[in-house]
Amino acid sequence: MTTYAIRRILQTFPILFIISILLFFLVRSAPGGPLTSARRNPNVTKEQIQAMEEKLGLNDPLPVQYGRWIGDMLKGNLGQSIKFHRPVNDMIAERIPNTLTLVGASFFLTLLLAVPIGILSARKPYSLFDYVMTTITFIGQSIPVYWLGLGLIVIFYVILKNPFTGLPFFPVGGMNTRGKEGELLDTLWHLVLPVTALSLGWIAWYSRFLRSSMMDILHEDYVRTARAKGASSNTVYYKHALQNAILPLITLVALDLPSLFAGALFVETIFSWPGMGRLFWDAAKGRDYPVLLGVVMITAVLIIFCNILADLAYGWLDPRVKYE
Amino acid sequence: MARVILRRFFKHKLAGIAIAVLVFLVFASAFAFTTPYSPTDQEPTNSFQKSNMDHFFGTDELGRDVFTRILYGGRVSLTVGLLSTFLSIALGVLIGALSGYFGGGIDSILMRITDAFLTFPTIFVLIILGAFLREQQVPWLKNSVLIVIIIIAALSWMWPARLVRGLFLVLRERDFVTASRALGGSSSHIIIQHVLPNCIGPIVVSGTLQMASAIITESGLSYLGFGVQPPTPTWGSILATAQNQVFRAPWIAFYPGLMIFITVMAINYIGDGLRDAFDPYVIHIEK
Repeated sequence: MTTYAIRRILQTFPILFIISILLFFLVRSAPGGPLTSARRNPNVTKEQIQAMEEKLGLNDPLPVQYGRWIGDMLKGNLGQSIKFHRPVNDMIAERIPNTLTLVGASFFLTLLLAVPIGILSARKPYSLFDYVMTTITFIGQSIPVYWLGLGLIVIFYVILKNPFTGLPFFPVGGMNTRGKEGELLDTLWHLVLPVTALSLGWIAWYSRFLRSSMMDILHEDYVRTARAKGASSNTVYYKHALQNAILPLITLVALDLPSLFAGALFVETIFSWPGMGRLFWDAAKGRDYPVLLGVVMITAVLIIFCNILADLAYGWLDPRVKYE
Repeated sequence: MARVILRRFFKHKLAGIAIAVLVFLVFASAFAFTTPYSPTDQEPTNSFQKSNMDHFFGTDELGRDVFTRILYGGRVSLTVGLLSTFLSIALGVLIGALSGYFGGGIDSILMRITDAFLTFPTIFVLIILGAFLREQQVPWLKNSVLIVIIIIAALSWMWPARLVRGLFLVLRERDFVTASRALGGSSSHIIIQHVLPNCIGPIVVSGTLQMASAIITESGLSYLGFGVQPPTPTWGSILATAQNQVFRAPWIAFYPGLMIFITVMAINYIGDGLRDAFDPYVIHIEK
C-alpha cells in the first residue's frame, strides 16, 4: 500500500510540472505585465520602474524566470505578492483555515442531510417522499450557486428583517462582525447563508447518488441471503446495504473536490468570505500572478493529497480492493 | 431503433415538457431582434424601472431593457453551451476511443493525463485562462466568446473520455469486433463503423450533462468577470452587473439566474429522459 501511495504521488509530479509551465508562460507572456499600474502612476519615475523590474527579475528571459519560480516553489517559497508586497506563503496560510471552515461546515451539513434523504428515498421508492425529494434534488442540482447566493442575500438581508430590531436576520459579508473577531458564535452566524448556498447542490447530488447506489445494492445476492436467513428489515438496510452503499461515496467525494473548491470560490466572492477563492479572485482582477500561481499549485497539491488519501481509505475499508 | 427510442423518450413526461421549454428558449433568443430595444444602447434617464408593459423585466442601471438583454444573452449562453459541449465530446471520444481500443502504453499515458486533469482545480485554471488569454498578442484570441468555448471544452473532455474508454474496453472484446478484424478490417474501420455506433446512447446522455455544466460554467465565469466580456450580454454577465445593484434593484438579478436555472433544469430532465430511453434494462410500465 505504501508503494502504491508513493507511485501515485510520483505519477502526479510530471503532470503538475507540465501544467505549471503552461500556466506560468501564459501568465507571464501577457503584455503589460505586473507593473502596469505602477507605469500608469505619474509619481513613479522610469528609473524606479527599472529598479523594480530588476528587483523582481522581470528582465530575465522567461525560462530563467520559470526556473527560479519552480526552484523556489520546491523549496516551499511561493514568492512575493506584487500588489501587497507580502510573501504569498503568508497570504495563503491566512486564508486556508477560512476556506476549510466554509467547505468543512458545508460538507458536514451535506452528509447530515444527504445520507438520511438517500436512504429513505431508496427504502420507499416511488413514494410521495421519494417523488418530492427527487424533484427537490433536481432543482438543487440545477440552481447555479452564485444565483442561489445572491437570492439568499436578497431574501434574508434586503427583504426580510427581524420584526423586533428591524435588522437583517443574517450578515452577508465576511466572517465576523467588527469587534467580535474570533468569537465562535458570531462566526457560525456568519456561516449560515454561505453554507446554505454551497450545500444545496451537494445535498441534492449525494442524496441522488446514495439513493441509486442503495437501490442497486438491494438486488445483490448478499442482501437476498441476509433476507433469506431472516434478518430484520432494519438490519438489512442499515447493516448490509448501507455499509456498501456509503463506500463509493469516498471515491466520489475525492473526485468532486475540484468542484467543491469551485463552489467555495463563488460563495466566497459573493459573501466576501476571506478564503482562498476570494484571494484568488482579487489576485486575478489585479493580475497579481505570484498569488494566482501559488493558489493554483497549493490547491492542486491539496486535492491530489486528498485523492490519494481517499484511495488508501477505500482500500482499507473495502477488503475486496487490493493495491499492487 | 430510433423510433423506439423516441417513443420511450416521450413517455418520460417531464422530458417532453423540458424539450418544449428548451425549444421555446432557443426560438425566443433567435428572434431577439424583434424586440423594440437594443441590448447595448444606454438610456440613463430610463434606469431602474420595475417590470411594466414596456419593459417586461424592467430596466437596469444604464436604462437598458433587461428582457431584451436576456434574450440576446440567451444566444451567447446557449451557443457557448452547445459548441463547447460538441468540442469537449469530440475530444473526449477521440481520447477515450484511442485509449480503450489500443490499451497498453497509449492507454496508460492518456489515462494519466486524464486523471491529472480530473484532479485539477479547473475553476482556477479557467479564471487564469479567461483573464490572460485575451491579453496575448494573438488576433483571433480577441473574441472572448471563442475563448470561453475553447477553455470550457479544454477542461471538460475528461468525463466523456473516461466513459468512452470504459465502453470501448468492453466492446472491443465482442464477437462482432473479432469478426471484423478476421475479415481484415483496419482499426479505424472497426472503431468508426462497429464500436462507436454502439456508444451513441451513453455519449448523448453524458452530452446533456456536459451541456448543463458548460452553461453553468460559462455564466459563472462571465459572472466573475473572466468569461464573455461586456458589452456582449450573457446571462452570467447580466447577473454580474445586477449584483452591484442588488440592494437597489434586486429584480434585475432574479431574471438572468432564473434563465440559467430553467435551461439547466430542462437539460437535466432531457438527459434523464434520454437515459431511460437508451437503457435497454429499464422496464417501462404501460399506463
